[in-house]
Amino acid sequence: MNTQGTLAAALMVLLSACGQDSGAGLASEVVIEADSIPASLTGEAGSMAAGAAEFVSREGGHCVLCHAIEGLEAEFQGNVGPDLTGVGERLTPGQIRLRIVDAQRIWPDTVMPAYYRTGGLRQVGQEFDGRPALTAGQIEDLVAYLSSQGS
Amino acid sequence: MIRASLAALICLAACGEQTPPQMAADSALAPSEVRSGYTFLQPETQALQDDDFSNPSYLWIDRGAGLFSQAPEKGGAACASCHTGANLPLEGAAARYPAYDEASKSLVNLEGRINLCRQQHQALAPLAYESDDLLSLTGYVASLSRGESVSVSIEGPAAPYYEMGRAYFFQRKGQLNLACSQCHNEHWGRQLRGDTISQGHGNAFPAYRLEWQAFGSLHRRLRDCDAGIRAEPLDYGSELYTAVELYLASRAGGLPMESPGVRR
Ligand code: HEC
Ligand code: HEC
Ligand code: HEC
Repeated sequence: MNTQGTLAAALMVLLSACGQDSGAGLASEVVIEADSIPASLTGEAGSMAAGAAEFVSREGGHCVLCHAIEGLEAEFQGNVGPDLTGVGERLTPGQIRLRIVDAQRIWPDTVMPAYYRTGGLRQVGQEFDGRPALTAGQIEDLVAYLSSQGS
Repeated sequence: MIRASLAALICLAACGEQTPPQMAADSALAPSEVRSGYTFLQPETQALQDDDFSNPSYLWIDRGAGLFSQAPEKGGAACASCHTGANLPLEGAAARYPAYDEASKSLVNLEGRINLCRQQHQALAPLAYESDDLLSLTGYVASLSRGESVSVSIEGPAAPYYEMGRAYFFQRKGQLNLACSQCHNEHWGRQLRGDTISQGHGNAFPAYRLEWQAFGSLHRRLRDCDAGIRAEPLDYGSELYTAVELYLASRAGGLPMESPGVRR
């Protein structure tokens, strides 16, 4: 094995060890490559229409709290986060998926919540403890909807 | 050897990436940009606060004024018989709360101070937090400080409480993993859906909130913010919320007292 190979192997082992003891666990095992999660969390493609509803609804993702999308039918869209009009042109589905799953891995100080995270949190409200803010299915619907923006 | 330490370094970096900071980044309001939540309100809401006749808080304030001058049923002094214009006047008092109380060796806010008087000077049981009676008395006493500058002491025995409150303000928490500072220091002025995020000052409280359709304490407002990030809210009157109240008051130093305020 060459040096690079050994290093890569060591890195793999160490990374998985870190994942276990860092406490910042996700709701299920997820393979992250660079700044992206290439594979669907459910193994299936999500629904664009359901994703659009998730993006707006208070009970769902409620992403309009912080983001706006031109042409989306929802009053009072927020501007704490960037405008997501045409986001499907800027980011791949895998990149969008990681940003919803755990934006704090990319931007440690961001206000954007990590929607698929269950570990390393404190003082979580009783009814929310142990479960992620969004299910794998809800996230896939959002990925489908956002990936369609701009195309 | 070198290879091993290199790998360890990479691991550290990787682990670091996976564990976001538990404390939010250090941030502060520049003294020149400190603004009351009032300045972020719609003109109609401001008008409600400005006019005592339309301000719904006055249902509670008037009731508080009544309670203040009423002698306890079982006899004893009314608040008003000890706190007169000449003796122990309460004008301006609310602007100095929370404050450290030597007798009880604890930090007390206005609600706590009123309950101490009930126990020590009126032989009455403390009123329940968020009860209409305690809100009314607190609102009435706070209204006597309207327009006074918020000015609390964070020296001496108050210092550890200040640090405790400050730590809570920067602590990320809840399922959404957010700290107060991330909204109120870093993103004030931004739109969170229909709300404009203010700087999170407590100078209007107790206040009438349209969303509550009622007059409520600062601790109730803090519970709403904690619940909003899906954190387990702390108990009414808890030492930690009272410490946060002290931190907020010190951060709002110099702003005018607005209670009874009106908020969305
Ligand atoms: C509390 C505020 C907040 C909420 C709620 C929020 N976001 Fe974000 N989001 C942000 C911020 C801020 C950023 C920019 C990252 C940074 O620099 O901090 C961002 C970035 C993003 C990005 C990357 C955009 C780009 O161009 O790089 C995507 C995609 C995204 N958010 C999707 C969502 C989705 C989907 C939801 C709802 C499930 C959501 N966000 C909810 C604040 C928020
Ligand atoms: C996700 C964003 C967010 C977080 C985190 C948050 N708040 Fe708020 N807060 C708001 C919004 C929105 C309002 C209502 C509009 C406003 O700012 O007055 C509010 C209102 C307030 C008010 C009332 C201000 C006024 O003038 O009426 C106070 C005080 C306050 N927050 C303190 C806190 C404290 C302390 C924490 C942490 C325990 C906290 N907030 C966490 C968004 C947040
Ligand atoms: C028998 C006298 C007496 C009665 C009755 C009384 N107080 Fe007091 N109050 C005091 C004294 C004395 C102090 C100064 C602190 C101390 O020594 O307890 C005080 C302090 C206070 C303070 C803090 C003032 C400051 O500047 O820090 C408030 C607020 C207050 N009282 C409100 C009330 C209210 C409201 C009632 C009725 C529910 C009440 N008091 C009933 C004697 C009284």
